[in-house]
Amino acid sequence: MSNLKKQLPDKIPAGPGKIGSPEYILRLFVTGMLQNSVRAVKNINQICEEHLKGNYSLEIIDIYQQPDLAISEQIIVIPVMIIKHPLPERRIIGDLANVEKVLEVLNCK
Amino acid sequence: MIFNSKQKVTNSKLKKVESGINGFDEITDGGLPANRPTIICGNTGSGKTVMSMEFLVKGAVKYNESGIFISFEETKDELVSNMQSLHFDLNNLIKKKKIYIEYIEIDKDRSFESGKYDLEGLFVRLQHAIKSIGAKRIVLDSLDALFYGLDNNVLRPEIKRLFKWLKEKKITAVITSESDNGFSTKNGLEQYIADCVIALDNRTVNQTTTRRIKIIKMRGPIHGINEYPFSIDTNGISVLPLLSQLANQSLSTVRISTGIKDLDGMLDGKGFFEGSSILVSGSAGTGKTSIAISLINSTCKKKIPGLYCAFEESSSQLMRNMRSIDLNIEPYIKSGILKVYSSRPTIQNLELHLIAIQKIIEEFDPKIIVLDPITNLISEGINSEIRQMLAHFVDFLKGRNITTLFTAAITLETIKSNPSDEGISAMVDTWILVRDIETNSERNRGIYILKSRGMNHSTQVREFVITDNGISLLPIYIGLEGVLTGSAKLENTLRREEQDKLLANEIKGREREIQRKRMVMEEDISVLEARFASEVATLNETNVENELKVKIKEKDKQEIIDLRNRHKSSTGKLKSRNT
Repeated sequence: MSNLKKQLPDKIPAGPGKIGSPEYILRLFVTGMLQNSVRAVKNINQICEEHLKGNYSLEIIDIYQQPDLAISEQIIVIPVMIIKHPLPERRIIGDLANVEKVLEVLNCK
Repeated sequence: MIFNSKQKVTNSKLKKVESGINGFDEITDGGLPANRPTIICGNTGSGKTVMSMEFLVKGAVKYNESGIFISFEETKDELVSNMQSLHFDLNNLIKKKKIYIEYIEIDKDRSFESGKYDLEGLFVRLQHAIKSIGAKRIVLDSLDALFYGLDNNVLRPEIKRLFKWLKEKKITAVITSESDNGFSTKNGLEQYIADCVIALDNRTVNQTTTRRIKIIKMRGPIHGINEYPFSIDTNGISVLPLLSQLANQSLSTVRISTGIKDLDGMLDGKGFFEGSSILVSGSAGTGKTSIAISLINSTCKKKIPGLYCAFEESSSQLMRNMRSIDLNIEPYIKSGILKVYSSRPTIQNLELHLIAIQKIIEEFDPKIIVLDPITNLISEGINSEIRQMLAHFVDFLKGRNITTLFTAAITLETIKSNPSDEGISAMVDTWILVRDIETNSERNRGIYILKSRGMNHSTQVREFVITDNGISLLPIYIGLEGVLTGSAKLENTLRREEQDKLLANEIKGREREIQRKRMVMEEDISVLEARFASEVATLNETNVENELKVKIKEKDKQEIIDLRNRHKSSTGKLKSRNT
């Protein structure tokens, strides 16, 4: 679990060229090193890199480490990504393999 | 089939967890299967949430087992507020960490799918909850919400995984699920949660709401009819544990006095068998209640705890009426040896009364019960369900060795017009009939025993009177017209004596007549004899004459012959005129 944290920083700051808060605020809930979770992390990073061009804030939360967040955010399914911004708040459940779908949801306001 | 209810289950696979719900553990032979999931299914409002919550509450209060309530439909506050009317004291239990409620929201509208997922989030939350209070019981209310919100192909294997996981953790789970038809869930949960399925039903029959609980599936022996009435009141759920097995305890040979000495006399000299059921029937006002009270009075004197269920008179009315015949039961009520359950039968139907009575039996453990009268409870006319319920209730009481007396406004005449009334009489061991005997515009009471299993009972009809000193039986008088009682008896006695006298007189008169006639006849005889004698004499005379005549003729004849001979001999030849 701690390995994962070392691999990826918790927060990726806003890229250059943007003033103010990022357009996309994302929270990905995972369970340690389980298969779906690993894939989800990989996929979201790829999506962020390719499509969001730095205009995002990604938080990866391991519910084994922070079960209270699982309760407060009403997490049942893993992995799940909560799109905090732009509103309305939406969720994408799954390992995010379907990139088309992810983009569709992200672009949909 | 008769099952031995005393048989303890030693097979570890059939280990049970007591639910603590009144009556439920009896019908399930010990409670829910331990460490396994049980499904409670039913239509809306059937009581699934109440029952599952009570499973946790009783677990905490009675058995000191903590429990988790996972609600998929109501928030924690909604749930607690809905349970306010029940005396569960949820807030206190939550504070003491005996119960933990968590609301899990499934929001399909704002969820999108991309790729594979599982239910690990749920697992984490459950684990966290279980650890936080050391839970041994868990409720999931209801799993249908999961099916609605998530892909069933993902869900099913995850649910299997969940129950396997709960089993490893040694937690007994109750799952609720919506059911339309009363025996299967909408989503087919029971296919892979195979251990135990309970169905709750909430239907309306004859404008009365009736609740039923049914054991659809359960491992181990199930004795009983599988469907039981239950009620929900402020203390939670009460199931009426009517089991179809006949009482299998050894029957007592102890006898209980009826409280009326002569009635004891009619019953083998000793009275009723302990644990038997007795029906006292007769038309209104014949004294059935008085007989019932005599019995109660007698048992209370011996400090036997009793329960009197009055469905016609209020408790105070009863006491007042009984005091007038020198039966004072008030001190027994005060001392607590006698409990009175008084209720109008029209307010509730039979099963609710039976449930209430059964609760009192559990708390108070009476050894004798009177139901006075039972006819009001089954006034709808005995349909088969009510009759079955009553029969089971009688068996239940017998199984507890509780002596039971029913009064009923049934007579032999009403049975002719309503044959199902006879059904009650078939259920009881002893049937005493009280009837009016009306003669000379006066009404007296007769009592007789139609049947009493297992003893030599009197077949006589006895007159019984209720006076200021209580009830007593008189010997019966049988006149030419049939059984007689009261003043008619007296009248007949006098009449009889008079008749005897008249008869005696008549006989004397007749005898005299005979004497006279005999004398007359004898006189006649002597006259006849005399006449006879004279006639005989006359006849004899005639005879003599005739004989003389004959003699003379003969003599003459001879003389002529002689003369002729003399002539012949003198002349030699007889000259005849013609030659």
